[in-house]
Amino acid sequence: MGRTIAEKILANHSGQPARAGDIVLADLDFIMGQDGTSPLAIDVFRQMGGVKVAEPSKAALVIDHNAPSPSEGVSALHDMMRGFSREMGVQIYDVGEGVCHQLVPEQGYVVPGDLVIGADSHTCTYGALNAFATGVGSTDLAAALYSGKMWFRVPPTMRVLCHGALAKGVTAKDLVLFLVGQIGADGATYMALEFAGEAISQLSVDARLTIANMAVEMGAKAGLMEADEKTLAWVAGRSARQPQPVQADADAEYEKVLEFDVSDLPPYVAVPHRVDTVVPVSAVEGKRIQQAVIGTCTNGRLEDLQQAARILAGKRIAEGVRLIVAPASRQILLDAIADGTIGQLVAAGAALVTPGCGPCVGTHNGIPADGETVISTANRNFKGRMGNNKAKIYLGSAATVAASALSGMITDPRRVADE
Amino acid sequence: MNKERAKLHGRVHVFGDDINTDYIIAGKYKFKTNDMRELARHAFEDIDPEFIARVQPGDIVVAGNNFGCGSSREQAPLVLLHAGISAVVATSFARIFFRNAINTGLPVLQCPVEGLQNGDQLSVDLATGEIMAGDGRKWQANPLPPVMLQILQNGGLVPHIKKHGGFGFEGGAAD
Repeated sequence: MGRTIAEKILANHSGQPARAGDIVLADLDFIMGQDGTSPLAIDVFRQMGGVKVAEPSKAALVIDHNAPSPSEGVSALHDMMRGFSREMGVQIYDVGEGVCHQLVPEQGYVVPGDLVIGADSHTCTYGALNAFATGVGSTDLAAALYSGKMWFRVPPTMRVLCHGALAKGVTAKDLVLFLVGQIGADGATYMALEFAGEAISQLSVDARLTIANMAVEMGAKAGLMEADEKTLAWVAGRSARQPQPVQADADAEYEKVLEFDVSDLPPYVAVPHRVDTVVPVSAVEGKRIQQAVIGTCTNGRLEDLQQAARILAGKRIAEGVRLIVAPASRQILLDAIADGTIGQLVAAGAALVTPGCGPCVGTHNGIPADGETVISTANRNFKGRMGNNKAKIYLGSAATVAASALSGMITDPRRVADE
Repeated sequence: MNKERAKLHGRVHVFGDDINTDYIIAGKYKFKTNDMRELARHAFEDIDPEFIARVQPGDIVVAGNNFGCGSSREQAPLVLLHAGISAVVATSFARIFFRNAINTGLPVLQCPVEGLQNGDQLSVDLATGEIMAGDGRKWQANPLPPVMLQILQNGGLVPHIKKHGGFGFEGGAAD
């Protein structure tokens, strides 16, 4: 019987057969922590008796969740991370460098075939580059820094085949929201997802990152894609390491195979307070919003900002709406300045904030007021997620968020695009 | 696992499906401090504001599907431990929470336990997976895999690694 991508990558890194259900101890290619999880990991690392990081060049810390610091308490935690970075020789990406899940691939730390852990649930993002990447907590992060290894239960795989081609005005975010709605918030719990099919192949690597990013919103351990020419070209521009692409065998054993023709999908939104309560934008059009957010590890990349700018260029967002834009990295911010995108967004009324997680995690940079409605390009709309449990959060593509900011109410972007 | 240590008994707090880590401890608190006793005062604040006044040491959380979904924050199992929770029994768990619970020494058992109300008594045997309510109703959970039981028995991954100088199964598969 053939093997899945997850089984092959875990076998390659553990020297064991690594069939679904096995528990293996595997060597890690890269380890990442952010400022919400690293401080606790540093405490735990010391408690373990850690005095040096096993392989400092294979790790990085990122200050992105609260960047710049909004309080003395957070500043102390950031300071602790900087001290650990200096002491251990581990690279740190400080305030303004960007969101961890943009930086790790962008800085060339991940190539196809890799095994990566990150102390952040959206580490599954790098699955778009054909890497088995999964989110863990602070103790796993500490043990990984200490040993360079982690134990894994090899997950069964659900294969998701997307046939057809997305219609004009419909984005990767709409596709993944549709999939979350179909599969459910716990539909792939403990499993790896393999996304395949021509609709995936047609997407840019940036758009594929958006899809893999939300694998965890279906409960999955990883969201994997095969590497193609686009992947290899993307990685070659960023990393000197040799990719080891891994394909699923034709006779691989899957827990489940789902097939969708995605040609007729409309733009979608997830409605409060569940990420798997997904409806076509048209079903909630006209709902008033007070805040709109473009950014995050899901949709803060250049093509997302460009999508928004195409809708907003030369116009002005509705009165009474705040539009917050957080590019996913400094490089993206620079690129978006260079091509005029940032100028268009700011001229249209956007408030530009530091590259980072921004308002997505509810600590700063735009906490909504009681009773307000927000539309965001993020990946979670849990009650209280943005710092106020009396606010409502809708999730959509950058185009949908921009169109909604323009009209002051939730709007299908196809109404305003390319006019 | 040590037989006495594997047996737990407490009053239950019942929650539904998809209790995410933001509900267990809101992001707005978890970034502020590494002090888990302080964070524990805000456990379940957004969905059950009475919880923290009600909870007693040894109590057990009973929940539905996908408990602990959402972020990777390890503060979620840690605040439950610091609030006095001795175990979580849920129909299913989100996988990062499940790992984090084992790693921090919070026992977790996967089993659909229904029909209980806040304050009901529950006994849990981690070694056998037997679960029994105060009124005599019984459920059977799958026992945890040996590697997870070992880590729990040692009190979490930190004492486990200190004891073994590593994961303790470097030479091959656990058990």
